[in-house]
Amino acid sequence: MPVPSSDSPGVVPSKSSIFAGSGDLATEIGRMSDGSAHELNNLGALDSDEDGRSAKKRLGPVFWVAAGWFILVALAALLAPVLPLKSYTAPSAFIRKPPSAQFWFGTDTIGRDIFSRVVWGGRVSLAVAFASITFGVIVGGTIGIVSGYFRGRIETLLMGFCDVLLSFPALLLALSIVAFRGDQRDLLTISLAIGVVSIAPVARLVRANTLVYSQREFVTAARSLGARRGRIIVKEILPNVIFPVLSFSIIAIGLAIVAEGGLAFLGQSVQPPTPTWGGMISDGRNYLSNAPWISLMPCLILFLTVLALNLAGDRIREYFDIKDND
Amino acid sequence: MRFVRKKLVQLLVVMLCVTFFSFLLLELLPGDTATTLCAGAGGTECIEQKTAEFHLNDPMPVRYVRWLGGVVTGDFGSSARNAQPVSEALKQRLPVTIELLLYSQFLALIIAVPVGLIAAQRSGSLFDRGSTGVLFLFLAIPNFMLALVLILIFPVRLKLLNAVGYTPFTENPFKSLGSLLLPAITLAAAEMATYMRLLRTDLIATMQEDYITMAKAKGMSPRHILLRHAFKPSSFSLITVIGLNFGRLIGGTLLVEVIFSINGLGKYTVDGILGRDYIPVQGAIVVIALGYVLVNFAVDMIYAALDPRIRHARALV
Amino acid sequence: MTATETDTSSPVGQRATLLEVTDLSTSFRTERGVVHAVDGVTFTLDRGRTLGVVGESGSGKTVLSRSIMGLLGGKNVVRAGSVKYEGTEIIGYSAKQMSNVWGAEMSMVFQDPMTSLNPVMKIGKQITESLRRHLGVDKDEAEQTAIALLKSVGIPAPEQRLGEYPHQLSGGMRQRVTIAIALACGPKILFADEPTTALDVTVQAQILDLLDDQQRERHMAMILVTHDLGVVRTRADEIIVMYGGKVVEQAPTSTLFASMKMPYTEALLRSIPRLDMPSHTRLDAIPGRPPNLIAPPTGCNFASRCRYVQPRCLEERPPLVAAADPGHFYRCFFPVGTPEGEAALQANLASGTAVAAPAPRSSTTTEES
Repeated sequence: MPVPSSDSPGVVPSKSSIFAGSGDLATEIGRMSDGSAHELNNLGALDSDEDGRSAKKRLGPVFWVAAGWFILVALAALLAPVLPLKSYTAPSAFIRKPPSAQFWFGTDTIGRDIFSRVVWGGRVSLAVAFASITFGVIVGGTIGIVSGYFRGRIETLLMGFCDVLLSFPALLLALSIVAFRGDQRDLLTISLAIGVVSIAPVARLVRANTLVYSQREFVTAARSLGARRGRIIVKEILPNVIFPVLSFSIIAIGLAIVAEGGLAFLGQSVQPPTPTWGGMISDGRNYLSNAPWISLMPCLILFLTVLALNLAGDRIREYFDIKDND
Repeated sequence: MRFVRKKLVQLLVVMLCVTFFSFLLLELLPGDTATTLCAGAGGTECIEQKTAEFHLNDPMPVRYVRWLGGVVTGDFGSSARNAQPVSEALKQRLPVTIELLLYSQFLALIIAVPVGLIAAQRSGSLFDRGSTGVLFLFLAIPNFMLALVLILIFPVRLKLLNAVGYTPFTENPFKSLGSLLLPAITLAAAEMATYMRLLRTDLIATMQEDYITMAKAKGMSPRHILLRHAFKPSSFSLITVIGLNFGRLIGGTLLVEVIFSINGLGKYTVDGILGRDYIPVQGAIVVIALGYVLVNFAVDMIYAALDPRIRHARALV
Repeated sequence: MTATETDTSSPVGQRATLLEVTDLSTSFRTERGVVHAVDGVTFTLDRGRTLGVVGESGSGKTVLSRSIMGLLGGKNVVRAGSVKYEGTEIIGYSAKQMSNVWGAEMSMVFQDPMTSLNPVMKIGKQITESLRRHLGVDKDEAEQTAIALLKSVGIPAPEQRLGEYPHQLSGGMRQRVTIAIALACGPKILFADEPTTALDVTVQAQILDLLDDQQRERHMAMILVTHDLGVVRTRADEIIVMYGGKVVEQAPTSTLFASMKMPYTEALLRSIPRLDMPSHTRLDAIPGRPPNLIAPPTGCNFASRCRYVQPRCLEERPPLVAAADPGHFYRCFFPVGTPEGEAALQANLASGTAVAAPAPRSSTTTEES
């Protein structure tokens, strides 16, 4: 899990804004024409309107291709039961056949159609990913907002708890949770395992953003008007924190898919015969020399999906990027 | 010195919290030393006997303290499966993981630093965007997938390098590095993009500074400016992240070790958890957590050493 | 020293004239449009002479000095006009050719010594590297020269300073180091870009004196860029006043102060607080803001802030015209001290309109007080 370093500002130096000042266009141009030409290349940033949204309001073709791919995969997964797919459980006589017109992705060691297994596997992998990240965002987000808004002892306690969580290697933690549930390796267990791992990074991110927003004028204004804390949190802070969390979540879903793959490689993902992408990749690894498609086809789909999520999440982050040097 | 002492105390507190928490976590897992030891042979009597022998019915805090006491004297207990003292196993396996780590970060930097330097100098060029794209692609590849692809290409198709197996560095350095090449590449690929972008971003920011224009106004060549003036101040974040990565990766080599059958720390923990053999896991976690905090501590120190402003302003800390 | 042509037929004039700038313009192409930072500057500079460039923030004075030196990189910078150094055109020089010029022929002292010195490089290294680059000396000789340089700029214990970092020195000392670096290879022209703005008042005079001494000793030419008219009064031979990227007045110093023509120059002078004024005298600041350099107003740039403004000023752009005194140029329809100017001023004072409203523009951002 990527841990946002917004928690420790000393780690990555940020360039202070040259627009600290009037914000008035004439003065800024004047100031800049007096200084280095490099700063003039930042003039594009002056196109921001009131709340600092970039004028580049287009998400770009990259985003739409990525989003398109992901939607395609998700739809396929969702509609799997009604799609005209071959059975994903029934073995056949066509053992370890390479991709062909009959079996688009080839067949596996007991003759099952890999393409339909990939589609069905997508159901599980995506379900696990969504569920785990949703869990992580809800729990982690709550922790983050509470510590960011209330500060003090609560913050120390909650963030300390997160730090301890973070000092465990992610896979190890997930593994432990799976082991905790004993031999019950179902969807719920795996989602819980990955979800718990995602709590701490989300909490960190949300807390950092809450800190930024709770010090803004509109929160002080709301408070001075007598708004109760809960109301402030929900109406003022939450809407603003959602955007960074959104882009993070998109990328995190990709990571969760990968995490499930990792667990599968350790033999600890959802139990067979339920197909998951990670499980299929792991099962096929002994046949790399003679039937590589067993692993590689699910690999390819997984990779493209994760890539799509990364690109989309990145674009969303840029699109909604509020200037962070306030 | 006050700074150092404060950090050491923090270190200790974190260690205690982590080990306690992991003890707690392992508590919750099914199975314990007694059941594992008695697996197969002996019924309830065996279990009862072992439980008494290892004081497994004492309250958790008591057992934790007892275990802690052991750790302080160097006794990490023994594995229930093969009776090997954990400290001995750790001594064997830690160097392996460390070698893998150093090797992989070295590989990542060998690519990331030159690419970052060139990309920053030719910011916006085809090289810049192309290299960012390629490295971004590496970042998106899950490590197990990359491992499989590497195994497919090298040992399987090209018949070069072994897919599994490890030769200790002390035995034969070249063979050792060869045996670790594929796993190291697997680990390095994920970090390359991060390092390169970080360096590039900082370099571009540094290049806007006045002292760079001043160096230019002295007539220094662009290469001299890049390497002698811009590189050092831009490397701080990179070094910090490298350091932090070390700390993080000490526990993060898990999957790679399992896939390539390397007997390092990560594999040790996995084997432990899957085999319901928790004392080794506890011991390994101590080492992992210790590594993590020590490395963070070292990074803080290096940061201070590199930036003379911080060194001389120590009184402010 | 004339402001337009040099007497190229005279061999003495040829040798003495170091720099000939003719109609220099510098613009930046940005996403917002083209920023005309410098528009049509012309002057010559002889050895041993000092040119003062005065203007407020946004006047383009810094861009001017960097443009002449050719320090502005990037594909979005457009330079037009001519800059001749010792008779050779240097606009169009490649970066490599310029790097031979920088440091050895021309060098610059920057405004803020804290940011113009590399914070993580020892001071000695920052001096010796340019010595070794241009003069090809070895390490020891470079160090000895560096020590001598530091001594000559008035830094005590120079040997010790070599191994120190910039943050270990005070602001004034850092600026002396910057000057030492700039002078290290014996350049013929020194650009001093607001060399004292970032320093304490007490130190400012010292630094300016130091620059004076060095200039005289080395028989250098100097271009002194500042916003402070008071500074150039005693230290420059000729003064250019810039506003909105254009030269609005240009004259030898004595002429300028004796018979200034531009209302802007007059306003600048009036805005300097003087010790002999009674206490609580209101500061005569110039109201309004500098013009938008991407979409400059029609008419005179200064019109919206000018005491003498008349309707003509809002419609026509005043050209640069020569005054009676030699070498004096100005850009105004109603100059100070002339009958037209006086009439304009009186008319404005009488009707109570100190400043006219700017012509309506769709994206205007200039305000009036």
